[in-house]
Amino acid sequence: MILKHKHLLGIEQLNPSEISTILETAESFLEVSRREVKKVPILRGKTIVNLFFEPSTRTRSSFELAAKRLSADILNFSRVSSSVVKGETLKDTVLNLEAMNIDALIVRHSASGAPHFISTFCRSHIINAGDGTHEHPTQALLDAFTIRQEKKRLRGLKVVIVGDIIHSRVARSNILLLRKMGAKVVCCGPPSLVPLEFRTYGVDINYNLDEALKGADVVMMLRIQLERQKKNFFPSLREYISLFALTPQRFSLAKKDAIIMHPGPINRCVELSAELADSARSVILKQVENGVAVRMAILYLLLGGKEREDTD
Amino acid sequence: MKILIKNGRVIDPLSGIDDTLDILIKDGQIVELKPKIDTSEARTIDASRLVVTPGLIDMHVHLREPGYEYKETIASGALAAARGGFTSIACMPNTLPVNDNRGITEFILGQAKKANLVNVFPIAAITKGLQGKELTDMADLQAAGAIAFSDDGRPVTSSLIMRRALEYTRMLESLIIDHCEEPELSADGVMNEGEWSLKFGLRGIPAAAEEIMVARDILLTKLTGSPLHLAHVSTRGSLELIRWAKANQLPVTAETTPHHLLLTDKMIANYDTNLKVNPPLRSEADRAALLQALQDGTIDAIATDHAPHAPDEKDVEFDQAPFGIIGLESALPVLLDRLVQKKIITLNRLVELLSTNPARILRLKNKGHLRVGADADLTLIQLQKKHTLDVSRFASRSRNCPFAGWSVKGMAVMTIVGGRIIYSTLPQ
Amino acid sequence: MEEKIKAKVMDARKIKRALERMTTEILERNRNLENLVIVGIRTRGIYIGKRIARLIQQAEKIKVPVGVLDITLYRDDFSDLEAQHMVQKTEIDFPITDKDVLLVDDVLFTGRTIRAAMDSLIDLGRPRTIQLLVLIDRGHRELPIRADYVGKFLPTSKREMVQVHLDEIDGVDEVLITEPVEIE
Repeated sequence: MILKHKHLLGIEQLNPSEISTILETAESFLEVSRREVKKVPILRGKTIVNLFFEPSTRTRSSFELAAKRLSADILNFSRVSSSVVKGETLKDTVLNLEAMNIDALIVRHSASGAPHFISTFCRSHIINAGDGTHEHPTQALLDAFTIRQEKKRLRGLKVVIVGDIIHSRVARSNILLLRKMGAKVVCCGPPSLVPLEFRTYGVDINYNLDEALKGADVVMMLRIQLERQKKNFFPSLREYISLFALTPQRFSLAKKDAIIMHPGPINRCVELSAELADSARSVILKQVENGVAVRMAILYLLLGGKEREDTD
Repeated sequence: MKILIKNGRVIDPLSGIDDTLDILIKDGQIVELKPKIDTSEARTIDASRLVVTPGLIDMHVHLREPGYEYKETIASGALAAARGGFTSIACMPNTLPVNDNRGITEFILGQAKKANLVNVFPIAAITKGLQGKELTDMADLQAAGAIAFSDDGRPVTSSLIMRRALEYTRMLESLIIDHCEEPELSADGVMNEGEWSLKFGLRGIPAAAEEIMVARDILLTKLTGSPLHLAHVSTRGSLELIRWAKANQLPVTAETTPHHLLLTDKMIANYDTNLKVNPPLRSEADRAALLQALQDGTIDAIATDHAPHAPDEKDVEFDQAPFGIIGLESALPVLLDRLVQKKIITLNRLVELLSTNPARILRLKNKGHLRVGADADLTLIQLQKKHTLDVSRFASRSRNCPFAGWSVKGMAVMTIVGGRIIYSTLPQ
Repeated sequence: MEEKIKAKVMDARKIKRALERMTTEILERNRNLENLVIVGIRTRGIYIGKRIARLIQQAEKIKVPVGVLDITLYRDDFSDLEAQHMVQKTEIDFPITDKDVLLVDDVLFTGRTIRAAMDSLIDLGRPRTIQLLVLIDRGHRELPIRADYVGKFLPTSKREMVQVHLDEIDGVDEVLITEPVEIE
C-alpha cells in the first residue's frame, strides 16, 4: 500500500510526504472527472457505506460521486445521533453494516473520536468525514489541493482563518495540515471563539481582522452559527459582522492575488459579502470540484489494489 | 481464635513504628505487639518478607446497591476491597433509591453484614434525593450508622444549603464531604479544559469549576466553624486554596485519587472511555502539584472514588460514556509501584494517606493504627513481586480500569478484618 | 533481488533499424495519415511513440500528435506483483473519437497491460481503429492479444526479464535479457 494506513481518521496521523502523495494522486482523478466518461473501473466490486449521523448533503454527495466514479457500490445510511433519542448504539449500527460484507465506512458523527472508537472493533477501512469538533481531514486535503492549484505551493504562504474556530473541525484539520506543510497560519475571531490555547498548534492569533489580513495569500472564512450568539459567545450578529465579516474593503488589505475560500455552506452577507463570494478571487466552487477528486484519491489509496494485512 | 503474625516489618505512622515486630490477635483485637511473642494455639503467619500495616481504609467508594446491582453489589464491592487490601470502605449515597433515609442505611449495613468481609460505612446524603433543596434527617441517619454526609456525584450548588448542612453537622460531630463542581461552568464538559481538550475536539471542564466551589466551601467552614472534607481534589488552584485554609487553622481536610496522581488529560488521545472521570484527569502541572501536596501534607488522604460501570455502558463514543473508573483492586499496586518505588513518597507516608488519616477524618476510633486494644484490621503487603494487573480476574463486577495491563511491583497478600482472615494469597 | 544480464539482444543501431522498418509498415498500412494519432503507454511507450512520430514527420512531413496513457486505474489484479501503484496523469489533449489510434508500448508480454489500455481508450472516446506497436514481443500471452507492428520477436522463459533501456531516460539504447540470481 502506498499509504501505510488502514484508515483516514485525521490529518494528525499523516506526515508531509503522505499529504503530498494524496494531493498528487488527486491530480489524476481531477482529469477523470473532467472527461466525458467519468468512470474508471479500479474499485469495481467494492462496497462503500456513507454512514452519516449528522445531516450533510454536500460532503455526502461528494463522497458518493467519488465512489461511483471509481465504479464502487455505495450505500447511503443516515441516522440522527442524539443522546435524547436513544436507539441502536453506534457500535451495533456499525456491526450490522459490517455483517453485509462491506469494504469501507465513511463516517460523520457529532461525537469527537467516534471514528477512532469504531476503528477499535471494525474490520472495514474507515474514512472520517467529520467527527464532532475534532477533525475533517478530507476537507483540509481538498482545501490544500485548491490552494496549490492557485499558488503552486503551500510552504511560506500566509493563510488567515476567520470565524468560529473553537467549534470548527475544518479549522483544526486545516491548521494541522498547513503547519505540517510549512505555511504560516493566523486565526482571527472574537476571543470566546478563538482561545489563546490555539497557539499550541503553532498559529498566530489576532483579534483585529484588518491587521490579520495584511499580506495574506489565502483567506479562509468559516460559517458562523446563530446558536453561538444565543450562548453569549458574542453579543449580536450585527456586532460580529462589523468586526469579522469579509467585505471588499477589508479584502483589499490582503495581497492583490489573494484567494477566498469557504468550506460551505456560506451565510451570504454574514461572514462573506455576496460580491466577494461571486468574485474571481473566490475559489469556493473549485473547492467543491476538487473535493470529488481528492476523495477519489483517498478511496483509491486506501482501497485500490491488493489488500495487505500489515497496515495499521 | 488467635492469630500470630511473626517477623513482619510493622509500619504504624500514628505510633511512629517501623520495625520488625510480632503481632498477636485475639477476639478481634490486637492484644500484643512486640519483638518476640511466644504463644500457644495460635495460627501463625510468617510475615518475614512482608510489610504489616493497619488495615487500609478507602473513604470514597460507590457500591451501586441498591438500584444498580448490574454494575456492582455490596458483596462484590466488599470482595474487591478485600482483594485490594482494604479493611474498611465508606460508600457514597448516590444509589437508587438514594441513601437519604434510615431504611437504606440499614439495608446497606445489612448487606455488608451478610457479605461478612470488610467493614462498610455508609455515607448518607446531605439533601433529600440529592436534589440540593432540603436537608435529610441527619441525626436519624447518624443513629442508623451513617459515618458522614455527602451529595457526591453532585455538588451542593446552593451556598445557603451548604451553610445549613455545615452548621447542623457541628451538633452531630459528624463530617460533610463535598464534591466540588460549579455546574454551569462544567456543563456538557467531558474532559479537562485546556490544550488537549482543544486538540481532541472534546468539550472541556475548566479547573475553575472545581476551584470556585473549593473556595466557597472553605469560606463556609470559616463562617460556621464546622469540619469539611474535600473529595477527589484535582487542580493546582484547589491545592493553593487548601493551603490557605490550613494555614489559617480552618478544619478542612482533602483527598485525591490514584488516577489523578498518575494520569493526565493528554492520555485521552485515543478516546479511551476508561479515562473519562469526574473531576477529569488534569494537566501534567496539576498532577505534579498533587504529588507535591502528598509530600507537604496539603492532601490528607488517598481514596479511590471506585465507580463501577458495566462494559456496555463504557463501550461507546467518549461523549456518551458515563464518568467513572474502578479502583479498589488497582490502587495499592499502582501506588506502591509508581509512588513508593519511585521514591516520591515513603511507605510510611502512603500508609498515613491510606489508613491513619482516613480513620482520623472519619473518626473511626479503633482503626487506622496498630496498638494494643485496637481493632484487628490489618493489611499484609508484599513489595517485591512484579505482576501484571489482570482486570479480567477482578472481583468487581465492572472492568472500567485505566490501569489494566500495567506491570507493577507490590500488592496486598492478606487482609484481616476484626481478627478474621478474609483474603489471602499466602501459602497455608 | 539481484539480476544478472544474460544477453544484450539489441543495441542502438538495431533499435533504430527496427523503428525505421516499423514506420515503413505503418505508412504502408495507413492510407490516411491525417487521421492517425499515437498514444504511448507510460513510461517507455511514450518515448518510442515520440520517435515514431518524428520518423513519420521526416518521411511524410505530417505531424502526428502523441499522447500519454496511464493505465494504473484499469489494471486487473494480475497485472503484476506490486500491490499498488502511484497514479500518474493521462495526458491526451486531442480527441480520439473516429481516429486511428496507434497504441505504443515497449514490451508485449501477458497482454494484460494492452487490455487495460484499450479499456481506458474506450472510456476516453470512440476510436475508429486501434493498432498496436511494440518494440519487443516476448511471448507468454495470457489473453488473445497480438501486435500489428513488432520490432523484434524474442522467445524467453517466464523466469527471465526483458529490460528496454532508452536514451531519453536511461542514457543508452539497448534491450537486455536478465535473470534473477539466487542469493544463498
